[in-house]
Amino acid sequence: MGLLNRLNEPYDAGGIILGTIEDVFNWGRARSDWYLHFGLACCAIEFMAMNASHFDFMRFGTIPRATPRQADFIMITGTVTLKMAERIKILYEQMADPKYVVSVGSCSNCGGPYWEHGYHVLKGVDRIIPVDVYIPGCPPRPEAFQEGMIQLQKKIINEEIFKKRQKIKEELLSV
Amino acid sequence: MQPQEIYEELKSRFGEAIVDFQSQPPSDPFIVVKAENLFEICHTLRDGDNFLFDYLKCLSGMDLGDNLGAVYHLYSMKYAHHLTLKVIVPKDEPKVPSVERIWRTADWHEREAFDLIGVLFEGHHNLIRILNPYDWEGHPLQKNYVTPEEYHGMKVPY
Repeated sequence: MGLLNRLNEPYDAGGIILGTIEDVFNWGRARSDWYLHFGLACCAIEFMAMNASHFDFMRFGTIPRATPRQADFIMITGTVTLKMAERIKILYEQMADPKYVVSVGSCSNCGGPYWEHGYHVLKGVDRIIPVDVYIPGCPPRPEAFQEGMIQLQKKIINEEIFKKRQKIKEELLSV
Repeated sequence: MQPQEIYEELKSRFGEAIVDFQSQPPSDPFIVVKAENLFEICHTLRDGDNFLFDYLKCLSGMDLGDNLGAVYHLYSMKYAHHLTLKVIVPKDEPKVPSVERIWRTADWHEREAFDLIGVLFEGHHNLIRILNPYDWEGHPLQKNYVTPEEYHGMKVPY
């Protein structure tokens, strides 16, 4: 209703912002990422520092959720053992689309120090679920967490929601 | 009591069941006992008036190639003395009596030694794997263990 009253006024008087629906959607999605934190090892301890007031992870609009059904991305922080890998896959499958995965630390990126003799370690969480952002480090500094979060936001904000749908339709037609 | 005195007293009580005593540095002095008599020896060590080893500090398994073994680190709160016990059993039949009924600490320690080394603790009320998945094959800390190629469809080697 505020909009209707202002239609007679010029745009540069303020109060109206023009944009595409895609931009507005992505702007909102990128800045309100709720996450499921899957803490497995010492990277999760470093993530506590990231959440504390010095670095303040919540400034990115992230809110920790205790269930995969409300989460936009899952943060895998730590050593992914074979026993846990199956649980991670179940949680990932329970998340609603669109969903993203952030892999934190050497262990979940590629096995880390367990790459050779780790009979029980999965050598990289990307062997079971697709990873969007890798954060290197053992464990990563909170600055690296911030950079990873910025990269994830960049990825989300540049996504093409409607063109993606068209592409799927073309694929279906060709089959 | 010193380990030498403990050894002599145990030897006088159990005779042949006490196999060996080593007190050469740098390792801690330890007593090797026969597996068949382990339960009675441990019971005596806990309740005997001169011993009173009421605290099992650590229970670990070991792989010696042809043999498997278990190591018991004991401590007495009252007398503040320590003792190390060792049991050595053949690898093809690694049966050791469980001391879980003597020290409750041994419950999970024995499950771990069974899981990773493969020592079979007889008399344990629930001897199942504790760290590895229940359907894991083999005992990973044995020296001749070969890392599996895959587990539940996941590739294990790098």
